[in-house]
Amino acid sequence: MNEALLRSLTPSVLTVLVRRGADFAAAEDAVQDALVEALRVWPADPPRDAKGWLVTVAWRRFLDGVRADTARRRREDLLDEEPVPGPAPAVDDTLQLYFLCAHPSLTPSSAVALTLRAVGGLTTRQIAQAYLVPEATMAQRISRAKRTVSGVRFDQPGDVATVLRVLYLVFNEGYSGDVDLSAEAIRLTRQLAAAVDHPEVAGLLALMLLHHARRAARTAPDGSLVPLAEQDRGRWDTASIAEGVGILQAALARDRLGEFQAQAAIAALHADAPTAEETDWVQIVEWYDELMRLTDSPVVRLNRAVAVGEADGPRAGLAALAALDDSLPRHAAVAAYLHERDGDLARAARLYAEAARKATNLAERDHLTRQAARLNSGRRQ
Amino acid sequence: MAKYLLLKHYRGAPAPCNGAPMDQWTPEEVSAHIQYMHDFAARLEKTGEFVDGQALAPEGTWVRYDGEGRPPVTDGPFAETKDLIAGWMVIDVDSYDRAVELAGELSAAPGAGGKPIHEWLEVRPFLAATPATTECPHR
Repeated sequence: MNEALLRSLTPSVLTVLVRRGADFAAAEDAVQDALVEALRVWPADPPRDAKGWLVTVAWRRFLDGVRADTARRRREDLLDEEPVPGPAPAVDDTLQLYFLCAHPSLTPSSAVALTLRAVGGLTTRQIAQAYLVPEATMAQRISRAKRTVSGVRFDQPGDVATVLRVLYLVFNEGYSGDVDLSAEAIRLTRQLAAAVDHPEVAGLLALMLLHHARRAARTAPDGSLVPLAEQDRGRWDTASIAEGVGILQAALARDRLGEFQAQAAIAALHADAPTAEETDWVQIVEWYDELMRLTDSPVVRLNRAVAVGEADGPRAGLAALAALDDSLPRHAAVAAYLHERDGDLARAARLYAEAARKATNLAERDHLTRQAARLNSGRRQ
Repeated sequence: MAKYLLLKHYRGAPAPCNGAPMDQWTPEEVSAHIQYMHDFAARLEKTGEFVDGQALAPEGTWVRYDGEGRPPVTDGPFAETKDLIAGWMVIDVDSYDRAVELAGELSAAPGAGGKPIHEWLEVRPFLAATPATTECPHR
């Protein structure tokens, strides 16, 4: 059975139920039940019409739930055998579903969980595994999220930017356990790009594809990080790069630049270089300047300092770094790198060890510890 | 079965005999150490004794309640904190002896020169949630 196909049907099945008059929270539960049922039944008995099957089973589950609640809630009107069609949707229903799941009243972690379940069709168990929390915790997070958005009208227009932030968070969570969240984020962003014509949606999709293309080369067989300059570029996924570049070029041609397009442009310049030495760092610095005009975030300034160090030499990079607060995450790591390139190995080793102490994830900590170890053992010889 | 916490300390444990800090090892020694830790956890998963393992950042903050309607008071991190936990592994094993045996293996993780660190690990039994019914027949 094709689980990806099953999950791709989730938003349309859910919106059918909502259009028939089901409230979002109950409809979402019913669709989840139908998905779990499909995972159980389909391998032995695949339906001819997958979507029809899901709608039928989900609607039946929904009605069962309503019947159970009826005495208390008096909702017999929904029990008519033939569902009443709702008003014709003004905007694409899938898009409405994205807006609802990324609604600004939700915390980022709730929006992420609800999006993965209601739009992505993942089970609560899969989402819990991906985020390394107990299933009961994730179930609570999702049901609280649904309560939070219960008063939001389904046909209310939303802000694409909030949806993009949620998808960006999912993508960056990466890969742990059975569910590949980066791949899932790409799938959901692709689906969004099909539902709405927006250059930043295209920009985010391009950014994801270009980063994902390097994934195989980013870690060594022992799990350690391989920095960009040392990656085996033959292991980059050229099809993914070509697709990302194509999408980005079409988006840039529309002349409505945004943060994700600018980040994708930087990723594209890296992808475009046959060797690390041939990277067009001057153009990368120009894109960082664009990005600073768009966001002016300290993280962007820090990354820009690295690019300046490559384009104009480590001293220039250190000068750019000097203007930044040294409590910024990864500041010590950048300083270590630039001092090493400048030939001050003792200082670089000290800074790498400091950066390792400040690292916020294990892979980076191990990598930075190895860098310190490399410089220190080189100096002993 | 009983659960035990194996605690690893940044500071506060007795000094190990091969205790050079990691950044003074060679990169290969660092890799060998990390590999040993991965393999150890993977082996315990296979034997059905692994529950959880986590590493902690070295800097933390002290926090306490400061009264109704006021934000909590924070303090630290303190460079001189005597006891600083680096991480833990939770195991679920048949006996205290097995917990000690496993902690001994974990302490043999290679360090500088590829030799075991002989790091002191703290083994702490979990308090069980409920007494075993058969041990308390009149409940």
